[in-house]
Amino acid sequence: MAMQFYASPEQIMRDRSELARKGIARGRSAVVLSYEGGVLFVAENLSSTLHKVSEIYDRIGFAAVGRYNEFENLRRAGVRMADLNGLSYDRRDVNGLALANAYAQTLGAIFTEQSKPFEVEICVAEVGATPEDDALYRLTYDGSVNDEPGRMAMGGQAESISGVLKAQHRPEMSLSEAVRVAMQALSSVGGEGGASRTIAANQLEVAVLDRRRVGRTFRRITGAALTALLDGDASAGAAPAPGRAQTPTMPTEEANKPITSAGSADLEGQQSEQPEG
Amino acid sequence: MFTNAGTSSFTAFLSKVAPEMLPGRRPLPPGMAADLAPHATTIVAIAAAGGVVMAGDRRATMGNLIAQRDIEKVHPADAYSLVGIAGTAGIGIELMRLFQVELEHYEKIEGAMLSLDGKANRLASMIRGNLGAAMQGLAVIPLFAGFDLAASDPTRAGRIFSFDVTGGPYEETGYDAIGSGSLFAKSALKKRFRAGLSVDDAVRLAVEALYDAADDDTATGGPDLTRRIYPVVMAATAEGTHRLTDAETATIAESVVSGRMENPGG
Repeated sequence: MAMQFYASPEQIMRDRSELARKGIARGRSAVVLSYEGGVLFVAENLSSTLHKVSEIYDRIGFAAVGRYNEFENLRRAGVRMADLNGLSYDRRDVNGLALANAYAQTLGAIFTEQSKPFEVEICVAEVGATPEDDALYRLTYDGSVNDEPGRMAMGGQAESISGVLKAQHRPEMSLSEAVRVAMQALSSVGGEGGASRTIAANQLEVAVLDRRRVGRTFRRITGAALTALLDGDASAGAAPAPGRAQTPTMPTEEANKPITSAGSADLEGQQSEQPEG
Repeated sequence: MFTNAGTSSFTAFLSKVAPEMLPGRRPLPPGMAADLAPHATTIVAIAAAGGVVMAGDRRATMGNLIAQRDIEKVHPADAYSLVGIAGTAGIGIELMRLFQVELEHYEKIEGAMLSLDGKANRLASMIRGNLGAAMQGLAVIPLFAGFDLAASDPTRAGRIFSFDVTGGPYEETGYDAIGSGSLFAKSALKKRFRAGLSVDDAVRLAVEALYDAADDDTATGGPDLTRRIYPVVMAATAEGTHRLTDAETATIAESVVSGRMENPGG
């Protein structure tokens, strides 16, 4: 008969934490930061289809690092929860805090109850009317939640990336400045002998929650628009991302046209009342 | 319940976790319920070169009464498609909201939009789900139209799908109308529709057709110049869907009405 060994709860938790931390540290990093026109997500990602950054709801975005299958499962859960709440109540009643709490419960339960914790770290970002109103929630593998001050870094060597972000980031910066700061932070680690390195545009996943849009604010920046932005062309960020084949693009914004996906147009179009009859 | 692997369809998800939120899943007491709730009426859709136009009148009726003068029955389904609802207003609005979430949900989960045919098929199965209620008089019939991003010929990218209570979809060529005034609207369109219309001409034609429907059908409301209530007109083109502003529809509706002052038959 096999011997039963005693392991203290403390030891079990420590082992799980170590496993999760190691898993997360192996992956490439992501940064999220507020800028004047919204919230910017920049993730280092070799794949153009397996996203680390995605849309959850009108004003809520999601970024994650770690194991893809695990955070993808959490992302889907978030989309389902947000859509269910938005349909039952109203689109305005879906907020980032509720989602962050739900994620915290899920991650916390998995950490304590299952033999292997999720090796993920995620960010739930909600764009507000001003950079001060933006909310960035950091959720770690054990279910703890942190409200971050307008910027955060996740993944391998997150601490040194955070250091660069902290020194460079200002909430009133423009999109092109914000992208430059994010790039500088991400590329400050991982070079030969701790030096900085260069990251090619096709290894970056960039998206924003655009403060000034009505309805769905999430938008990816890919292809030529991204290259132009990295080269420091300030006007490039204003153009919607091309490349319909890879990403669902939203229609161009012309003269206050409502962004007409799903029910948001009904809420935020020129008609204020919504008839029920 | 949210983290189970599973489907990209929001209605399929709802049927597992909250079936009471699906209109077709509610038990109804026996008997006819047709006169219980307001009915929304006429919608027209016209395919134009480079897009499609959909317009709806603003009246909801309950028997011989006007239940609402300014109801909006034409809505964007997603960034490139439009849906109009005729039939029982409450269930129609609910189905339309559900359909909007269904399309957006798929797009967010999968990272790609459904094809236009895929959207029409989803709508058909949602309408079929309401068959029980439809047989008791609470029918809802949508009209679906959109810009097909996969179309090889951009002049034929505007497509229209109709449905019946048992589902569908049935693709229509050129134009279609639903609701109580559809007979008259379609008769007007039959004589006036030409393939390859511009979007602006199609908008005008849609407002004319709604005028003809309102002319002969009491349940369809014409342009209400005294209260400044005009039809809802939307277009779906390569740039996405957009709704004409009240000022734009007012100009068109007023010019249609002044045309009819001289020639009531159009």
